[in-house]
Amino acid sequence: MINPKIPDGPLDKKWEWYIAKARLINPANRRKYKAIVVGTGLAGSAISASLAELGFQCEVFTYHESPRRAHSVAAQGGINAAKGYKNDGDSVWRMFYDTLKGGDFRSREANVFRMAECSMALIDQAVAQGVPFAREYGGYLSNRSFGGVQVSRTFYARGQTGQQLLQGAYQALMRQVALKQVQLNTSHEMMDLILENGKAKGIIARNLETGELSIHHADTVILATGGYGKIYYLSTLAMNCNGSAIWRAHRKGAYFAAPSWTQFHPTSLPQLGNHQSKLTLMSESLRNDGRIWVPQKAHDTRAPHEIPEDERDYYLERKYPSYGNLAPRDISSRAAKEQIDAGKGVGPMKNAVYLDFQTSIQRDGKETIQKRYGNLFDMYEKITGVNAYTSPMLISPSAHFSMGGLWVDYELQSSIPGLFVLGEANFADHGANRLGANSLLQACVDGYFIAPHTIMNYLAGEQPKQQVPNDFGQEELKLTEERIGRLMKIQGNKTAEQFHRELGGILTNKCGLAREKSVMKEGLQAIKDLQQEFYKYLKIPGSTKQLNMELEKAARVEDYLELAQLIFHDALQREESCGAHFRVEHQTPGGEAKRDDLNFQFVSAWEYAEGNFKLHKEDLHFEFIQPQERTYA
Amino acid sequence: MKLTLKIWRQASKTAKGSFETYQLNDLHPEMSVPEMLDVLNEQLILSDKEPVAFDSDCREGICGQCGFVINGDVHSPEKGVTTCQTHLRSFKDGDTLVIEPFRAKAFPIKKDLCIDRRAFDRIIMAGGYISVNTGQAPEANSTRISHELAEEAFDSASCIGCGACVATCKNASAALFTGAKISHLAMLPQGSIEAGKRVKSMVAQMDKEGFGSCTMTKACEAVCPQGISVANIVRMNKEYWKA
Repeated sequence: MINPKIPDGPLDKKWEWYIAKARLINPANRRKYKAIVVGTGLAGSAISASLAELGFQCEVFTYHESPRRAHSVAAQGGINAAKGYKNDGDSVWRMFYDTLKGGDFRSREANVFRMAECSMALIDQAVAQGVPFAREYGGYLSNRSFGGVQVSRTFYARGQTGQQLLQGAYQALMRQVALKQVQLNTSHEMMDLILENGKAKGIIARNLETGELSIHHADTVILATGGYGKIYYLSTLAMNCNGSAIWRAHRKGAYFAAPSWTQFHPTSLPQLGNHQSKLTLMSESLRNDGRIWVPQKAHDTRAPHEIPEDERDYYLERKYPSYGNLAPRDISSRAAKEQIDAGKGVGPMKNAVYLDFQTSIQRDGKETIQKRYGNLFDMYEKITGVNAYTSPMLISPSAHFSMGGLWVDYELQSSIPGLFVLGEANFADHGANRLGANSLLQACVDGYFIAPHTIMNYLAGEQPKQQVPNDFGQEELKLTEERIGRLMKIQGNKTAEQFHRELGGILTNKCGLAREKSVMKEGLQAIKDLQQEFYKYLKIPGSTKQLNMELEKAARVEDYLELAQLIFHDALQREESCGAHFRVEHQTPGGEAKRDDLNFQFVSAWEYAEGNFKLHKEDLHFEFIQPQERTYA
Repeated sequence: MKLTLKIWRQASKTAKGSFETYQLNDLHPEMSVPEMLDVLNEQLILSDKEPVAFDSDCREGICGQCGFVINGDVHSPEKGVTTCQTHLRSFKDGDTLVIEPFRAKAFPIKKDLCIDRRAFDRIIMAGGYISVNTGQAPEANSTRISHELAEEAFDSASCIGCGACVATCKNASAALFTGAKISHLAMLPQGSIEAGKRVKSMVAQMDKEGFGSCTMTKACEAVCPQGISVANIVRMNKEYWKA
């Protein structure tokens, strides 16, 4: 049984008391300590800037050309905070409750409460940085509503909330680079983690432009490397998103929690052709005013406007009247799949459902809708060539967010001492399903408000290293060189991209929105076969000492092929349904996820164990809210 | 559909580059330009040739990582989009596409279509921020900001840092990029205190990086995927003289 080190005390005092009792390092001594931060999205930029402001030295790595390209940039809809500006009954407690329930009672109470508690200060911080959140005419901040809640607590900057928040964090980071508190290494990818006496003390990095490998030493290593949903190939993620940094850390001993819990976003654009490389997300905020429907009759070939009202099925409004089109993501995605599987899918590939704005346009006028979602409608038209003011959008579920990630305790420390994991890369606050607009929040809160305290607390117990031994990291460097050499030598006849596409296909079909034991067993075998093929037939052109994107891809796909196996192990082991993890064998008579609290009220944390994956359990204790059936009807 | 591609190939920063011609036959109008290059690269790799190095990440027009010049058009023949948001339906079956990198002295070519835009980061480093440490912020609603001002600040802040403005400018000026950040921060009450210091420092860095001067041809505004207005340059100049 593993211990998350949750502080004692009443729920609303745990974090306050933690900060009050945490160990400190005096300002003059902080500069003797160095932190390595991998990743420059919201979590990575925020922790780098915050530690540097405190006086610690930071060395920051990103595989991007610039920190500002990190995938936080793509988040559209908003960020939640329990400010209660709307007089609609919101509070920290309600946000805590919504998030815990939204995650189907598979997250830690103390963590979730802390995220809600820190949410308010985050909005203050972002505004102070110059993030231009939407404002009412009176000059006060504006809010809208997101899935799985009945209040309006989402702050937003048109459809570019992620980009604006990242600009704030990136600018704070660049300010520290200018002050020489942060050494920034762009176009560098982490290849391995270096341990010393069991503690995380450094990394091996590869300069993507020259191919040069280098050893970097620090007193702590922080991974803020994002999610791995791109393992499904067709996903809403950017092309270069990957799971390699956390997978390399996992191989070095960091436990991987709930790897199979991937959220499928209900409002992505459907796949249109076989050469498609990604699926574009349309913000969940559209569900505030859009109504989701399919034709009542299966295989209906009529155009949407030819189908009269009484022959349409607004299935979310019908099945979940109190939340309607704002039912949480896992439930909405599953409901869409159910309709598509029943032959009611629409669009050229019959793989989508309608998101229709006619009712809102008639009620509020086109101008109002344009004001709210103008840029999203424009984006939709750019991609599809269709004007969504006159005909409904086509949307479809797509792999999106990783609730799973490296297991961390209350301090965001992994099972390797000195290795902290922040943002989407960790498993912490979202349980088995993340609520909309909580992802930006978690990344920010981890980076700005939580990790600075917990990392200082850790470093206070460490002696800063003055002299780095000559052989530090040499073994890891050699192993990385050998690994790259091995991949380059295969010289078969299949590209890394082809393997990735196949891998994604297997995962989507065998371990996607619905999961069944026998099907998953086939899937696991298929992945193992594909992995063997990979080592026989992979082809990487070019050399290692230059910009070689195929080599980068191949190493990431190699890691994905291992991670995929762990995903199957995890999904097979968990004989219950919860949140995004829907086991066909475990459902209520109404077709909803059926939890088994007696046997599965724990977090699965997997140890690598040379690829034999050993399960460790962290029991979840519910002191303040008792788990209940999660209903949105 | 079929397309002929003439693509700029350059092995490294210092190597001499040239155009190479490729023929692609089995394309579909709904494919995006990067997806077309994916198809080309797969063919090149499998026939033992070097694939075309090109940058592209989010493929939805927000990360700012992609961007080529296609038949003389920066990003795209369409208005207000990035290269990754350009689909083959914008071209005709049988067309020839001449594809080359964004060109500017301050954006050296790394390889083929990949360029180095870190000069932009250094401009931001010079002052493109509000000096506030984590934890210092007052309650967010304590300063009211009018709806109109918030929207205007957003318009300036929406820059994705792709460099199209520089690529299209005959002087390779970064005035729109720099002006947008200066305007965004100067017009908000939180950022106005440092406005003078910021504008001087950012403009000096812009010059140091080797970007040219602005002669207000407005070519930048026309190709900006976010539609950022040259009013931001006017504002930068005003702030500069004020400082």
